[in-house]
Amino acid sequence: MTTSGAKSGANPPAWVKSARQLERERRLRRTGRRSASVATASTVLFLAVVIGVVVSSPGWPRVRETFFSAGRFSDAFPDVLRGFWLNAEIFLIAEPLILCLGLLVALARSLTGPVFFPIRALAVGYTDVFRGIPTILLVYLVGFGVPALNLRGAPSDPAVLGGAALVLSYGAYVAEVFRAGIDSVHPSQRAAARSLGLSHAQSLRFVVLPQAVRRVVPPLLNDFASLQKDTALVAVLGPLEALRQAQIHSADTFNYTPYLAAAVLFIALTVPLARFTDHLAARAERRRAPGGGT
Amino acid sequence: MTETPALLRMENVWKTYHSQPVLRGIDLDVAPHEVVCLIGASGSGKSTLLRCVNLLETVDDGAIYLDGAELTEVGADADRARRRIGMVFQSYNLFPHMSVLDNITLAPIRVHRTPRATAVAQAKELLERFDLADKAQEYPDRLSGGQQQRVAIVRALATRPSLMLLDEVTSALDPELVTEVLSIIRELKESGMTMVLATHEMGFARDIADTVCFLDDGVLLETGPAEQIFTEPREPRTREFLQRVLEARRI
Ligand SMILES: Nc1ncnc2c1ncn2[C@@H]1O[C@H](COP(=O)(O)OP(=O)(O)OP(=O)(O)O)[C@@H](O)[C@H]1O
Ligand SMILES: [Mg+2]
Repeated sequence: MTTSGAKSGANPPAWVKSARQLERERRLRRTGRRSASVATASTVLFLAVVIGVVVSSPGWPRVRETFFSAGRFSDAFPDVLRGFWLNAEIFLIAEPLILCLGLLVALARSLTGPVFFPIRALAVGYTDVFRGIPTILLVYLVGFGVPALNLRGAPSDPAVLGGAALVLSYGAYVAEVFRAGIDSVHPSQRAAARSLGLSHAQSLRFVVLPQAVRRVVPPLLNDFASLQKDTALVAVLGPLEALRQAQIHSADTFNYTPYLAAAVLFIALTVPLARFTDHLAARAERRRAPGGGT
Repeated sequence: MTETPALLRMENVWKTYHSQPVLRGIDLDVAPHEVVCLIGASGSGKSTLLRCVNLLETVDDGAIYLDGAELTEVGADADRARRRIGMVFQSYNLFPHMSVLDNITLAPIRVHRTPRATAVAQAKELLERFDLADKAQEYPDRLSGGQQQRVAIVRALATRPSLMLLDEVTSALDPELVTEVLSIIRELKESGMTMVLATHEMGFARDIADTVCFLDDGVLLETGPAEQIFTEPREPRTREFLQRVLEARRI
């Protein structure tokens, strides 16, 4: 009882857009253009008002001198940028480790059966403890505590130790995100997979996890953006990253513009990440809802 | 059917998915109180046609009118139109996070602003009629397929629509329930409800329909009174399709 493809249908009429459809498309385009001009006008107006209010405030000349000094900016920028590479490095190395750790912990929590109780308990304990400790405190504890132990082979580089602290802290968050994603997959999916003979692990691997991961990509990217900023916390251990460089420069001159340079660099990395998140979310939405009306 | 103004009118409706045409120039008139059955092979576009009427899909060409007002007009309020149309999906689409009662009263309370007490009373009455009174507080996942199907019908009826679109409402039911749902639909018909149904149940179509439409690969190939379509179809393809269905039944 199936028709296959387009071969059936008596003399299939070819589609030529009717006058009505052409008119409709013209009107749609016109509405689109109108919305675009309204959006532009309201944005320009909004920016003009905000800039006007800030610039006309009594403290503005002083603020401009201490925060927006072009000379100081270009003085500090090369050093801050060099420091920023260290931030980027910490971020790029920590992120994959966090993803692995988070996923492992989430899977450990989803293990059923009494044999696995110690693993489950460990996973629960880990998330509870490391989500509870303020990240900056954890950076201090790992950064100063591990070298104090005098262990042989333990790293002493403050950037590595700071990165490790971030991995521990964010791993706990990401584990919870993964777990929420796994829980959000409807039980009927697991039932269907098990009914096909897939084992618990196989259904997790081929049916549940792919759906779960797709669902948690936006919140994960949100955590990435947050991590990328928190690499600045490593500054308290002393390595010459962006924030530390900015501190050094502004301590020389009592001018805060170097901090602005650091902020600009962080934003320059977060904004593409945010747009990428939007893009992924929009793509997922398009796949799920092919229709135009919902 | 030509005298009374149509409640639902489709004019030259086209729908393509990724340049693959699924509906090709559909023209269809449904008079008030008329029951129209869509038959046709799997994948011929029955569900898509119903989704277009409910504006869940944007049509690529043509126009759809409800009571003389164009639904497909640029800038037309789709929600206003949908308020008057009840839809029962092929896969039920009940909200799994709500009890049966909440599924049913959601639209009456939130969209139609019916007082909660009234909405609940009406829902209970409908559930009673569909033999589901004891399931009001149950969650959809705990119901059998047939029960979910009936809840979906009740949910669509609860807003008192003037047009019902039903997509294969008997596909998940045992023969006894099929007769039951059939009697419910007949009751709806007698109460004057206008309905468009997609179905694979030829007996059901023959029994309930005023007009039967045969869809073949996105083309509305033949439209006529149920008796005529089933006894003396004009198009060879319709005959072929009915033949195949009949053979499948015999096996
Ligand atoms: N969202 C979509 N994207 C791409 N193609 C689609 C989409 N929805 C439906 N189709 C295609 O449109 C055609 C018609 O589908 P439709 O669901 O309307 O068939 P149907 O007549 O209801 O079949 P059945 O009797 O099996 O329910 C099918 O070939 C299907 O593959
Ligand atoms: Mg269908």
